[in-house]
Amino acid sequence: MESLAKKESYLGSDFDLKSWLLTFDHKRIGLLYLLAITFFFMIGGIGAMLIRLELLTPQPDVLSAELYNRAFTLHGVTMIFFFMIPSIPGVFGNFFIPMMIGARDVAFPRLNLTSFYLYFGGALFGIAALLLGGVDTGWTFYTPYSSTYSNSNVILMAVGIFIAGFSSILTGLNFIVTIHKMRAPGMTWFRLPLFVWAHYATSLIQVLGTPVIAVTLLLVALERLLHFGIFDPKLGGDPLLFQHLFWFYSHPAVYIMVLPGMGVISEVIACFSRKKIFGYSFIAASSFAIALLGFFVWGHHMFLTGQSVYAGVVFSFISFLVAIPSAVKVFNWTATLYKGKIYLRTPMLYALGFIGLFTIGGLTGVMLGTLGLDVHVHDTYFVVAHFHYVMVGGTIMAYMAAIHFWWPKMFGRMYSEFLGRLSALLVFVGFNLTFFPQFILGYLGMPRRYHVYPPEFQVLNVFSSAGASILAVGFILPFFYLLGSLVWGKKAGPNPWGATGLEWQNADSPPITENFEKTPHVTEDPYEYHGEDMPDE
Amino acid sequence: MSEFHELSHQYDDLVQQREAAQLGMWVFLVTEILFFGGLFMAYTLYRMEYPDVYAECSKLMDWRLGALNTAVLLTSSLTMVLAVVAAEQGRIKALIRWLFVTIGFGGVFLIVKAYEYHHKFVEHLIPGPNFTHELANRGPAQIFFSLYFAMTGLHAVHMIVGIGILSTIAWMASRGKFSPTYNNPVEISGLYWHFVDLVWIFLFPLLYLIGSR
Repeated sequence: MESLAKKESYLGSDFDLKSWLLTFDHKRIGLLYLLAITFFFMIGGIGAMLIRLELLTPQPDVLSAELYNRAFTLHGVTMIFFFMIPSIPGVFGNFFIPMMIGARDVAFPRLNLTSFYLYFGGALFGIAALLLGGVDTGWTFYTPYSSTYSNSNVILMAVGIFIAGFSSILTGLNFIVTIHKMRAPGMTWFRLPLFVWAHYATSLIQVLGTPVIAVTLLLVALERLLHFGIFDPKLGGDPLLFQHLFWFYSHPAVYIMVLPGMGVISEVIACFSRKKIFGYSFIAASSFAIALLGFFVWGHHMFLTGQSVYAGVVFSFISFLVAIPSAVKVFNWTATLYKGKIYLRTPMLYALGFIGLFTIGGLTGVMLGTLGLDVHVHDTYFVVAHFHYVMVGGTIMAYMAAIHFWWPKMFGRMYSEFLGRLSALLVFVGFNLTFFPQFILGYLGMPRRYHVYPPEFQVLNVFSSAGASILAVGFILPFFYLLGSLVWGKKAGPNPWGATGLEWQNADSPPITENFEKTPHVTEDPYEYHGEDMPDE
Repeated sequence: MSEFHELSHQYDDLVQQREAAQLGMWVFLVTEILFFGGLFMAYTLYRMEYPDVYAECSKLMDWRLGALNTAVLLTSSLTMVLAVVAAEQGRIKALIRWLFVTIGFGGVFLIVKAYEYHHKFVEHLIPGPNFTHELANRGPAQIFFSLYFAMTGLHAVHMIVGIGILSTIAWMASRGKFSPTYNNPVEISGLYWHFVDLVWIFLFPLLYLIGSR
């Protein structure tokens, strides 16, 4: 395929199954994650489709109440633990952090492969729980329902999440050490791409937060299995303790999901505006501010649980504070656009979609952090809409931006730009049609997690379900044209976007196994764009 | 990984490799602190809620066995340090000897722990339907013992993992893999061992000694 004088690319050096499944190469591990999370995205998507199908009409028709509970639990658990948390770090973090800092691999390649198999093994436990009849607790596993009363496969699912959690921890550990110790000569801290800064902040949350949910789910499993009584009110235990421990991880987990996405957006916005990123150090620092503050807001999930009013006030206040670093990022991205030479290529369309949708998601988050308003819309579709604006409008839009941005480097081929833009448009339109009506539904009082609703809510629910179908098409389309590009796509060359990141500076795409022909010496800041034209397609 | 190399391909030199390994272990130990932290949180909450029950249940612990195990573990940390020093000086035989002594102390600890668990079982102090009826506050007492078993159980699992790690290190040492220039695995295993030791230093007073004897 390649000329004989050159080294083979990481894709071409070995073909047998073992060299893929037991690879220590961070790029191949990234692709293993890509395959696995795509599969689990599909499973989670099926869950979403079941929910939207059931909610087309006010009566129960497709699913019984019990099956509906299992469908939304399937959707939530799969999307959060088995898709979104490993998504951007697992695929793009693994693939590109070593390349961005000029290293040959992550610090611990063997551990990296272990992480992948822990994730995959944990996810298989999740699949087993699903095949044996599913789980009906919701992704939040609130006690005492989950620990005492639920007749579903809670233990299996808890074990799956426990194992996958250690994958997340070890990935974070690997990235922290890699970023500290593996940087190429000249790659100083303030020359790191913002994608790397964002992953550093994410890794801190993974290392500090994940073990807490691991031990919490362990206690739930022990309670079901061995009659331990730590959350059991019959013994004088406190079910609220579970909620505290759960949200101590699960609120920061939102930032595990969205911070890497913000890193992607910083890369894409600068590249497609052909302009140095505005406020580099502010964007970098705001990732850490989000990570830090994110650990002190968990109580805003518990305003209505009887937690102390004063605690509520403090949690509410700190929740407002998180809006500041988030807004710092949005303002800096917008300022980067100003007087830039903007190319509306597919990754850029997704990135712009991210900024708009994340802003709505973030601002409604501030509304929900308000003590009074939260009483009104707690556990309604308003909350559902809010976190889907952050998770889908944020993380998944960023994930789509990332895959379209780096696909040419990963596989050396260009995809159809027309289909790419079409998919970005479909996702944007479909997403808003799905979730905007849910803000209204929630405000009008439709509670979440019910399979029936009063007939007057039907119109908005039909909008939502129709939007979900468009959204599905928007997600399925890239699956085909990206795969198709491997066969029919034009050769990308080393740097089709004329990007400045180190990951684009090696001799060709896809890169060789060692990443660089010789260790790069970094001499300039990141994002040295000066309004150059983008190379022609 | 058929052939053994001191320097893995992703590093430029042994110093970088050593620093990465050390940092990696420290970060892992931070994770471990939070892992146990959830349990310490639960312990603290219920101790504030049921101080008398805690005191009463703590009296059911055999503090002499706990103290014995504390001494055993502290000594094992000493022998672990001696193993690390031996590795740094390239005294491989001494390294293997100290590793075995450390593993031996770990084994003694687990045997004592198993004896204590057995004793709790005989006395119906295992949470669940068969929990003893002799305690006044049967509910919160079960919470105390749930925490006791969860905390010491998790600690024991860490001990077992530690013994597995040290056995592997001893095996590697016997195959001549360590030298004064390359001994990170010994050093970072030592860090892990000391951490597990430290957890016990907190568990012992919190579980055995709060009964105001």
